[in-house]
Amino acid sequence: MKAVSEPTTRSRFGIWWEERAPQIRELRFTLYLLRQSPLVIAGFALVGLFIGMAIFAPWIAPHGAEERFWNLPQEPPSWEFPFGTDTTGGDIYSRVIWGARLDLAIALTVVASAIVIGSVLGSVSGFLGRAFDEVLMRITDVFLAFPALILAMAVAAALGRNLTNLTIALVVVWWPTYARLIRGQVLAEKERLYVDAARAVGAKPARIIFRHVLPNSIFPVIVQATLDLGGVILTAAGLSFIGFGAGAGVAEWGLMIADGRSYLFQSPWIATFPGLAILLSSLGLNLVGDGLRDVLDPRLRR
Amino acid sequence: MAETILEIRDLKTYFYTYAGVVRALEGIDLDIYKGETIGLVGETGCGKSVTSLSIMRLVPDPPGKIVGGKIMFKGEDLLSKSEQEMQQIRGSKITMVFQDPMTFINPVLTVGDQVSEVITLHQDLARESVQTKIDELQEKIVQIDSSSPDRQRLMGRIKELEALKDNPPKPSRREIKKAALHKTIEMLKLVQLPDPEKVVKQYPHELSGGMRQRVIIAIALSCNPDLLIADEPTTSLDVTIQAQILALLSDLKNKIGSSVLIITHDMGIVAETCDRVGVMYAGNIIEASETKALFRRPLHPYTQGLLRAIPKLHEDIENLEIIPGSVPDLIHPPSGCRFHPRCPFRMDICDKEFPPLLEIEPGHSVACYLYPEKKTRGGRAHD
Amino acid sequence: MVAFTLSHVVGDPVAAYLTTQDVKLSEQQLQRIVTAHHLDDPLYIQYFYYVSDLLRGDWGISRVDSDRPVLESIKMYFPATAELALVSMVFALALGIPMGIISAVRKDKPADHVTRVFSLVGVSMPVFWLALLLQYAFYYQMKIHNLPSLPAGGRVDQFVWMDHPLHVITGMYTIDGLITGNFAIFFDALVHLILPGFALSYIFMAVFVRMMRGSMLEVLRQDYITLARSKGLSERIVIYRHALRNAMIPTVTVAGLAFGGLLAGAVLTETVFAYPGIGRWSTSAIVRDDIASIMGFMLIIAVVYMMANLIVDLLYAWIDPRIRLG
Repeated sequence: MKAVSEPTTRSRFGIWWEERAPQIRELRFTLYLLRQSPLVIAGFALVGLFIGMAIFAPWIAPHGAEERFWNLPQEPPSWEFPFGTDTTGGDIYSRVIWGARLDLAIALTVVASAIVIGSVLGSVSGFLGRAFDEVLMRITDVFLAFPALILAMAVAAALGRNLTNLTIALVVVWWPTYARLIRGQVLAEKERLYVDAARAVGAKPARIIFRHVLPNSIFPVIVQATLDLGGVILTAAGLSFIGFGAGAGVAEWGLMIADGRSYLFQSPWIATFPGLAILLSSLGLNLVGDGLRDVLDPRLRR
Repeated sequence: MAETILEIRDLKTYFYTYAGVVRALEGIDLDIYKGETIGLVGETGCGKSVTSLSIMRLVPDPPGKIVGGKIMFKGEDLLSKSEQEMQQIRGSKITMVFQDPMTFINPVLTVGDQVSEVITLHQDLARESVQTKIDELQEKIVQIDSSSPDRQRLMGRIKELEALKDNPPKPSRREIKKAALHKTIEMLKLVQLPDPEKVVKQYPHELSGGMRQRVIIAIALSCNPDLLIADEPTTSLDVTIQAQILALLSDLKNKIGSSVLIITHDMGIVAETCDRVGVMYAGNIIEASETKALFRRPLHPYTQGLLRAIPKLHEDIENLEIIPGSVPDLIHPPSGCRFHPRCPFRMDICDKEFPPLLEIEPGHSVACYLYPEKKTRGGRAHD
Repeated sequence: MVAFTLSHVVGDPVAAYLTTQDVKLSEQQLQRIVTAHHLDDPLYIQYFYYVSDLLRGDWGISRVDSDRPVLESIKMYFPATAELALVSMVFALALGIPMGIISAVRKDKPADHVTRVFSLVGVSMPVFWLALLLQYAFYYQMKIHNLPSLPAGGRVDQFVWMDHPLHVITGMYTIDGLITGNFAIFFDALVHLILPGFALSYIFMAVFVRMMRGSMLEVLRQDYITLARSKGLSERIVIYRHALRNAMIPTVTVAGLAFGGLLAGAVLTETVFAYPGIGRWSTSAIVRDDIASIMGFMLIIAVVYMMANLIVDLLYAWIDPRIRLG
């Protein structure tokens, strides 16, 4: 048998893997850097905790979100009800867990939609330039000129007060950021030579966008998305607190705080724990986002 | 021998980074005499700038640290001084001129402010403020009729002030500012900036690169330093401006009587301006001599390579000569003489231990095993 | 320009809504109203009327609030919010700037870590929750332990107001109190501002400190700092005279943006503390579907925000001579 020094055939996967080798190395380096900071690790832990809560809610929550113990309203925390009960006898501990599911779902939906809409509009705008770009920039200016909460208030007011509209309102508020981000990337990449090269070969603009521009923009988008997830949670909770979004009785953190407000002095636990949940989930996301941003900063990498 | 104002012995500066310990300076010896211009040449990364920062003790810490050696400035070891004491020396006795006038000037302060700052900090302006007052009055007198009684009064006042000059009173803040401004304008005139009164009020971005470099020179020279360190002062400037700046530097140096340490990678500048020169490679000084001697007879193989690599007008060459290999990694430097991997004359002993810097001819030292000790003065000799 | 475009955007979905308000009225009345408000005209005509009305001082009428003109409500509630916002901002800046500087200068030392955690928490904290906690701790807890407590809400104590009526000039009770020598009111108003002011300023401070720290770190890496040090200047002077001005430049811009967050926070905070400002007014308007008021609110926010950014631009030019002189 002759010794084979090189595989004579390679699977397509093998080739794909090899092409990605430098990127994989980058990824591993990124993970290594992330491991360095204890704060970032804590952030990941927190985020993981909440994601876990959201996913496994049906199994880990001792009671349903709708379950009420009408005979035990406003009970202080005890073994049976670790966070106490609220005004209608709902177990706060369970409701907080269920709330994770709702709030995270909202956050993810909003950010994902914002990314998609923003990316499409941003890349088209960057590519086409001229009039379309101008118009889009003006529109984003208008949206970005307002604080998130207030703009969302306006939209939600116009549409009606329920959860779906809340989500829509938030998407409306958040997409301009991504449009700008992607547009910036597109504009930068447009100048690069390989775009001309691709054009010369006859590639269509759409293809260029997808294969070249977007992969390069992933990192800043990820950073922004992580931070925005936190922001959306805060804003959504704020809106629910005022009276938008979740209808009465739904296990949403902001709403739960609003419920607890009237009995703040007698039963402080009703408002405290949901707020804590908001704080910790947002904190975790911010930690992760910050960590990612620091790590992906080209100047800080060696 | 001429008076030595700076003696560096065995200076070691390391940088502690994630990738490892960068041994930027591994035992430097250098002497600087009063009134001379000495050049420090070498490739990028050989440690020239680190040397200058080490002298000023401005090495960023972390990650850098001066780990050993002595820097004797006028008889005192700079490395043993407190930060307060160093602050008094910096800017007044030892000053620096930097490479890039774009980034080395503060964009939000006026030129005048930045120059006056040094003056106000290091100089006792009592006498100057009296003088400034006198000058002001002189100007006023010129405008007044010679017969008017005011003139008499003013002249009397001037006489009073003249008398005060020897034992001037402590000036007020405003007076200090005025005096400093006065001196600033003088300095700007000295560095040949046109229209100094106007420049004083301007911001750095309103000036050209050459002008900005002059401002930096003004800052450096305003307190009549003993030693001026110029780190690649002309690298970012046009060639024509380069010549002007160099001429300015040597002119002023002679006027003030300072010594100048020029750090550069350009042998041309060395040939033009320096009395003596030291050649650095990878953290060591490997040759030091009077300029003419170096060019006439370079001893160290590295120096020879450097000089050979410069194409000369009168030669007709096909290819540019290079020194094979590349600059060593300072985290894991070669053992012994750091040049030995690239040296065409390498011997067995070269990778064992670093050769001492020995004076082979009067005023010409080299650190290389090719040259056995001819004239030693007990181990580490220096010119 | 932005405000106008925006008010158009706001006016748009909202205008369609206006009609549903008057369900109780008869067909005829409805028709009359429709024509009176030009609601059956094409959009751009509506917009034209809207803008001209605005400029004339007619910002609409609040149907819900017994037909009170929106502008009047705004005039009534705005100074309170302005006062709150001002106090919060001043406090946030006074603490935030030094914190940012210290954090940058002592990077990776304990002071830095504490500051970073502090500001991270501030950025992640829901304002209204913080407000509630503050209320609980400083009002309720102190009361039941018989300690002097901070008020739970409102702007001034009724009784104080009755005993020492205030001659209102600017609408800001603290300032007016000072000007007219009415120290009882001054003190009382100030005390009422403490809790909401703190809640609001914490959020703003957190953002600001982060920015300040980052900016300062950037600046301290610059070459001209090395030059400054080589002049023999003490580290203190290097930081405060050379570094700070440069670091403020990008920070000021961010502060303008964060101001928007302050406004948003005001909405929530005022609601919690029953503070009679436009924030609380807007939430009650929304809950009651008071469209005209909402539109007015959006407008005033847009105006305020624009002005804040204008001030920021001016400050920017003042600090950075490169902008001033081109």
